[in-house]
Amino acid sequence: MADALHAVRSYALIAALWVRASLTYPVSFWTMTVGGLLVTFLDFVGIWFMFHTIDTLGGFPLREVALLYGATGIPFRIADMLVGSVEKIGQKVRSGELDAMMTKPVPVLVQLCADRFELRRLGQIAQAVAVFAWAVPIVDWTPSRVLVAVSMVVSGAVIFFCVFVIFSTIQFWTVDASEFANAFTYGGTTLTQYPMTIFTKEIVKSLSYVLPLAFVNWYPCLYLLGRSDPYGAADWVRFASPLAAGVLVVLMTVVWRTGVRHYRSTGS
Amino acid sequence: MTLSLAIAARAFRRYSTYTAATLAGIFTNSVFGVIYSYAYLALWDQRPHAGGYDAADAVTYVWLGQALLMTVAIWGGGSTNDLEERIRTGDIAVDLYRPVGVLHWYLAADLGRAAFHLLARGVGPTVVGAVLFGLVVPSPVAMVGFLVSVVAALLVSFAIRFLIAAAGFWILDVAGLKVLASVLAIFFSGLALPLNIFPDGVRTLALALPWASYVQTPADIWLGRHTGGAVVLTIGVQLLWAAALLAACALVLRAATRKVVVQGG
Repeated sequence: MADALHAVRSYALIAALWVRASLTYPVSFWTMTVGGLLVTFLDFVGIWFMFHTIDTLGGFPLREVALLYGATGIPFRIADMLVGSVEKIGQKVRSGELDAMMTKPVPVLVQLCADRFELRRLGQIAQAVAVFAWAVPIVDWTPSRVLVAVSMVVSGAVIFFCVFVIFSTIQFWTVDASEFANAFTYGGTTLTQYPMTIFTKEIVKSLSYVLPLAFVNWYPCLYLLGRSDPYGAADWVRFASPLAAGVLVVLMTVVWRTGVRHYRSTGS
Repeated sequence: MTLSLAIAARAFRRYSTYTAATLAGIFTNSVFGVIYSYAYLALWDQRPHAGGYDAADAVTYVWLGQALLMTVAIWGGGSTNDLEERIRTGDIAVDLYRPVGVLHWYLAADLGRAAFHLLARGVGPTVVGAVLFGLVVPSPVAMVGFLVSVVAALLVSFAIRFLIAAAGFWILDVAGLKVLASVLAIFFSGLALPLNIFPDGVRTLALALPWASYVQTPADIWLGRHTGGAVVLTIGVQLLWAAALLAACALVLRAATRKVVVQGG
């Protein structure tokens, strides 16, 4: 517990440093924040334009797709802001910075995640929240649905956190393959923007039992919308997101430790 | 000419060094290709002739977009990133007294980079798409038109990226501008969604902008939506944009050069 507190405190200290640094160039900071909001805004406009020609995509109308979109966007953008810079492991290995990090009394993972913390990513989170808010009225809210919604966002952020770390760890073996992780992080959130009904059964199965991205938003959203799984998963699966997140945390810990143990300095 | 080739060849080799990065990139492009293919298949399942495409055209369009993503540097990047860095550090002063013009140098380097990306990051995802979904095969004439159109697209993209990097002569940090430029490029190139299924007003606007050159124009030539004289005409429009924007680059560079002060010591 003391370890965890220490980790959180160190993270906050390093992040605060980068926030202060980024505010040194206020014009650049604000154009980046607004730019980030626009990038993600246009991303949703793409989906909205699709519905200009159709009424439903995979059996889901625009507002329901917006719910899915917000429900994956919020946790993804939060995870990206908090731990996205873990992608830069390869660079740190090459430059030798990782060696310096290992000598400091703060866990390496904390240092990597907090490095170059970008407050401007709040713009992207705001966009996902806005889309989600627009979709909120279609849900017939009950106390249990509120609870599932909250657990969905928290579990989703944990799942994406693990995905970021797991696929970045590969760079301990191949330092220049950072783009590989993008397929699962950015690819993961893009994929879950759509109803799973547009994919084949095999894809949905592997997104449930191999890389549990379907638990980020798909299963909990089915509960919010009062639907059963079109692919026939049991109804309790709609509440299993925290379980999937927990399993992934264990897996991430193992993968990360293996990666760090495998690491040999470049010696330069 | 020999000099340009030498510059381009070295840029080509620089990018071809990182095999793991290239393979990782092809993998990532392919994952996005698969996601968008299923999304478009669901759309064209509802509206089988949306935007004048059939489902096979739509899926082909997805994979062409992934193939052109790096080739045309839609996100940004390429040799103009080096230019930006050298303007920031002041090393640009060295570039200015080389026996070859700055514009010429960076354009040659970017063409070399693009040649590598076309062969690796372009052909790679296209083959994956063809294996997984089966793509529309272009006629030989369409194929030639497509390749010419991609070169024209690259010229337009290079000029826009060059202008953004050159803004660094006047402002401290161009990172914000680059984000805005990539947003516009991704959306208005048709990478996010084919421009021909945009709502009417926006479509007309989007097709008139230079970014339509990046993906929409080459893809339409590949898919045989333009034939004969129309191919020449659309490529002509791309080349007009390229000429106008490159002229703007030359003007900006001239204005900037007058401003550069080399600190001694």
